[in-house]
Amino acid sequence: MNSSALFITVFLACAVEAVEALTIVLAAGVGRDWRSAFIGVGCSLAVLALIVAALGPALTAIPLGALRVVVGGLLLIFGLQWLRKSILRASGLKAVHDEAATYRTQLAAAEAAPVERRGLVTDWYSFTLSFKGVLLEGLEVAFIALTFGANQRNIPLASLAAVCAVVVVALAGLAVRAPLSRVPENAMKFIVGVMLTSFGMFWGAEGAGARWPWADATLLVLVPVVTLFALALVAVLRRAGGGVRTGETIADGLGAS
Amino acid sequence: MTSRLKAFARFWYDFVVGDDWRVAVAVVAALALTYAVSTTAAPAWPILPAVVAILLPLSLWRVARRQSSNSATSQK
Repeated sequence: MNSSALFITVFLACAVEAVEALTIVLAAGVGRDWRSAFIGVGCSLAVLALIVAALGPALTAIPLGALRVVVGGLLLIFGLQWLRKSILRASGLKAVHDEAATYRTQLAAAEAAPVERRGLVTDWYSFTLSFKGVLLEGLEVAFIALTFGANQRNIPLASLAAVCAVVVVALAGLAVRAPLSRVPENAMKFIVGVMLTSFGMFWGAEGAGARWPWADATLLVLVPVVTLFALALVAVLRRAGGGVRTGETIADGLGAS
Repeated sequence: MTSRLKAFARFWYDFVVGDDWRVAVAVVAALALTYAVSTTAAPAWPILPAVVAILLPLSLWRVARRQSSNSATSQK
């Protein structure tokens, strides 16, 4: 359970962020200059690799109890943020993330900006847009991959899941040459929110000294219970009138991207 | 220099704490309570699930209430 849950959670979180990063890189490349955009992607991936290489061994050196209480707390805060946004989107209280609309906005801004050459970079705007986009989206993923990997004492598997997600999204982006607006981003964020919240509670409590009734098997209860609780909250918010659209189901709200 | 430091601090605050600081404070308090209870004979594991069960609806309710009051104001 733990290894597959680790892989799935990191893969989904990374795929969601990679889809968002791809939109930014596409806007920079299509609207401006592909070469500068790719240099930006390369530089940000190098920075992210450095962060993972530096923090990975440091995290595994921390005693497991201390690591779990800190990481569990952070994952729980992260998970509740992801879950809250997903529930608000599914219930209609927050606009669903629209990759196509984001792409149009980024593209318009990119086309309007002046051209500036700096050193090897022929278009500074494309470079900084790609660099910042990939770094900011990647930082959250690096954090999730590192903390999940360190807690499970399996950073290589977490890194593999992250790399697989990036490769899958990049290949899909190359194939369609457009933002991946049909990826069920909101549903994926909902699942990641559930996993982060469940693992955050589990590790946080264990790190703080609590003992779960069924040890590791407690996660098999926590994950479905958190899922059902979150779905119930979506239903309650929709019934309360939060942007209900006639005939639309919870699954539609989660799947809309 | 000061503005860059402020921007750096702001980035990490947004990254870790997010848009509802009460959630972060409640999680830290719940972990501290779990630790305190775990030193006694009482079971400490129900504390975090209970806090999540209260915290998540409260956080959502605040957003829903804010939105309904905003829409009521805009309709006036």
